[in-house]
Amino acid sequence: MSRITLSNLAHSYLANPASDADFALKQMDHVWDDGGAYALLGASGCGKTTLLNIISGLVRPSQGRVLFGDRDVTDAETSARNIAQVFQFPVVYDTMTVRDNLAFPLRNRGMDAAYIARRVDQIARMIGMEDRLNRKARGLTADAKQKISLGRGMVREDVNAILFDEPLTVIDPHMKWELRTQLKDLHREFGHTMIYVTHDQTEALTFAQKVVVMHEGRVVQMGTPEELFETPAHTFVGYFIGSPGMNLLDAEITGSEAHLQGVSVPLGAVYGPTTGRTQIGIRPDYVTVSDEGLPFTVKRVEDVGRHRIVRAEFQGQPLSAILPEGSSVPADPRLGFAAGKINVYADDWRVQPTTVPGGGLNDGKDPE
Amino acid sequence: MEKTQNNKAWFLVLPVLVLVAFSAVLPLMTVVNYSVNDTFGNNEFFWTGLEWFEEMVTSDRLWDAFGRQMLFSGIILLIQIPLGIFIALNMPKSGFWASFCLVLMALPLLIPFNVVGTIWQIFGRVDIGLLGHTLAAMGIDYNYTNDPLDAWITVVVMDVWHWTSLVALLCYAGLQSIPQAYYQAARIDQATRWSVFRYIELPKMKGVLLIAILLRFMDSFMIYTEPFVVTGGGPGSATTFLSIDLAKMATGQFDLGPAAAFSLMYFLVILLISWVFYTVMVNMDREDAK
Repeated sequence: MSRITLSNLAHSYLANPASDADFALKQMDHVWDDGGAYALLGASGCGKTTLLNIISGLVRPSQGRVLFGDRDVTDAETSARNIAQVFQFPVVYDTMTVRDNLAFPLRNRGMDAAYIARRVDQIARMIGMEDRLNRKARGLTADAKQKISLGRGMVREDVNAILFDEPLTVIDPHMKWELRTQLKDLHREFGHTMIYVTHDQTEALTFAQKVVVMHEGRVVQMGTPEELFETPAHTFVGYFIGSPGMNLLDAEITGSEAHLQGVSVPLGAVYGPTTGRTQIGIRPDYVTVSDEGLPFTVKRVEDVGRHRIVRAEFQGQPLSAILPEGSSVPADPRLGFAAGKINVYADDWRVQPTTVPGGGLNDGKDPE
Repeated sequence: MEKTQNNKAWFLVLPVLVLVAFSAVLPLMTVVNYSVNDTFGNNEFFWTGLEWFEEMVTSDRLWDAFGRQMLFSGIILLIQIPLGIFIALNMPKSGFWASFCLVLMALPLLIPFNVVGTIWQIFGRVDIGLLGHTLAAMGIDYNYTNDPLDAWITVVVMDVWHWTSLVALLCYAGLQSIPQAYYQAARIDQATRWSVFRYIELPKMKGVLLIAILLRFMDSFMIYTEPFVVTGGGPGSATTFLSIDLAKMATGQFDLGPAAAFSLMYFLVILLISWVFYTVMVNMDREDAK
C-alpha cells in the first residue's frame, strides 16, 4: 500500500497531439493519499477511465510520471504494480469455477493453498456466493458475474490500490446498495486506497471521503462532499452535483454586489474586478420563495416527493428553487438569496472573495 | 365445431422433394443398385445381395487404404490445428499488416485443388523442381516418386501448406471477438502468458476450433485430387488413400459392384465420425453451461 502520485501527467490517444483538445487527459498533478477512499466523478467521456487505466498501467501516459510511494512505476507493467481493478462489465474466466476465479489472482502470486482457501471463503461470503463456489462461472447472470469480478478485485490483501470503474452498472439497485456498503466496510477493515469511478453522484457521495470531479480531461475539484456542494470550484461541479444543479446567472460584480439587469443582489463578501464571462451561482436549496424580495416569474412547480422544485425565470434567466415540504408558492411570489451562499464565477472558474464578513480570508479551495 | 382436416399444404414441399430426388436421392440409389448387383454391361444386372459388401469388408486392400487414410487425417490434424492456432495468435490484430496477413493467408485457399497438386508435383521434382533440385543439390536423398516416406512427407507438407490457413483464419476470427477487457483483467490478475491462452483465448476459440477440426477432418478424409496429381497414389500404394483407391476400382478396373459397396461404407464412416464429433461438441457446450 502506498501513496499514488501523478506528476505532470497528460495523455492523448493520438500519436502527435497538436492542440489541447487532442488530449483525453489534460496536464495534471494529483496525489491520492494512502488509504483514502476516493470517488472519481464526471460525465461520460471526461477521461475517468483513462486516468484509472494509467494508474493501473493498462495505458502508458503520453507525458508525466506515476509514482507509487517513491517508486516511479510509469514504465512498470500492470502485473508489476500489484494493483486491482474492476471493470464496468463483468470479466470472468468462463471455464473456471467460481472458486477458481476468486483464487486466480492469489494463485498467480504463488500464495499458499491453505491461505487461498481461507481467503476465498471470506470473499465468497462477502459477495454472497458461498453456496455457488463449485459451479462453473459460465452461464451465471450478469450481476453474479460482476460480483465475481468484484471479489477478484478484493481478494488480494496486499494490493497498492483497488480501482473500480463504474462496477455497479449491471447490478440491480438493491444489490448495488448492499455491495457499496460492503465496499465501505472493506475499506474500513483493510484500509486499501480505493478509487471509485462513477457518473452517479449519489454513489460518489455515499462511497467516498473525498470526491474528485473531472470535466473534459481535467480534475476540476477535489474535496469532501460538503465542499463540492457549498463551494464548487467550477460551474461544472455546481451543475453536476446536486439535484437540480446550481443556478448560474450572468451578472456584473462590483465590490460586494452583483448586478443583474438593474437588480442588485448582495453577495455577502467583497470581490475584486472580474474578467471574462461573469456569473453568480447559487444552489436551488438556498433560494427562498416567499412574499417578499425580488420579483420573478414561476414557470412550473415539480413535485419530487420530499420537496417541490420551482422552475422559474428571473431577469430573463432560468432559475430553480427548492420549496421545503409544507410551504407553498404565494400569490405574488418573490425570491431571496441566502446570504453568503452565492459563489462568483469568471469563465466557469470560481473567484475567491477578497474579504468575507466577520474578517479573515475565505478558506475555500483554489481551483486547480 | 368440427375442425377441418386439410393436409394439402404438404403438396407445397413437392418441388423441393423433386429437386432433392434428382440431385441426391436418385444418384445415391443408383449406387445402391450397383452395390447389390453384378453387371457385365448391356444394362444386364444379376442380383448378388450383400456379396460385394462382404468382399469389401474382408478386403485387405480396403483396410490398408483405410489405415493410411486415418494416419493421414491424424497427422494433418496434429500439425494444422496447433500450427493454425500459433499463427492466429501471432498475427497482427489491426492496421495494414493485419489486412496484409489476411490476404496472404487466404491465397492458398483460393487455388484450385488440381493446381495445388500440380504446383507441388513440379516443385518437388528432382530434375526441374525448386524444392527437389535444391534438396538434391544439398545432398539430401529426396525423391517422392521412389521413396514412400518422401511421398508421404510431400503430401502432408502440401496439405499443411494448402489448409493451415483455414484453421488460422477461423482461430483469428475467434480471437478477434474477445473483448479487450479480458486481456486487461488478466494483466490486473497478474496472469502468465500461458494462463491467458489457457483460460481466455482457448475457451473463446473453442467453438471455431471444433468447426475447424470437423472441416479439416472431413476434407482430409475425402482427399483425392492433390495426392492423385502429385503421386498418383504411389509409390506402390503408399499414398493410395480411400478416394484414390475407390476411383481406381470404379473407373480403372470397372469393378462397379465392389466400388459401389465400398463408397456406401465410406459414406457411412464419414457420417458416423462427423456425428461423433457433433455429439461431443454439443455435449461439451451443455456441460459448460451447468
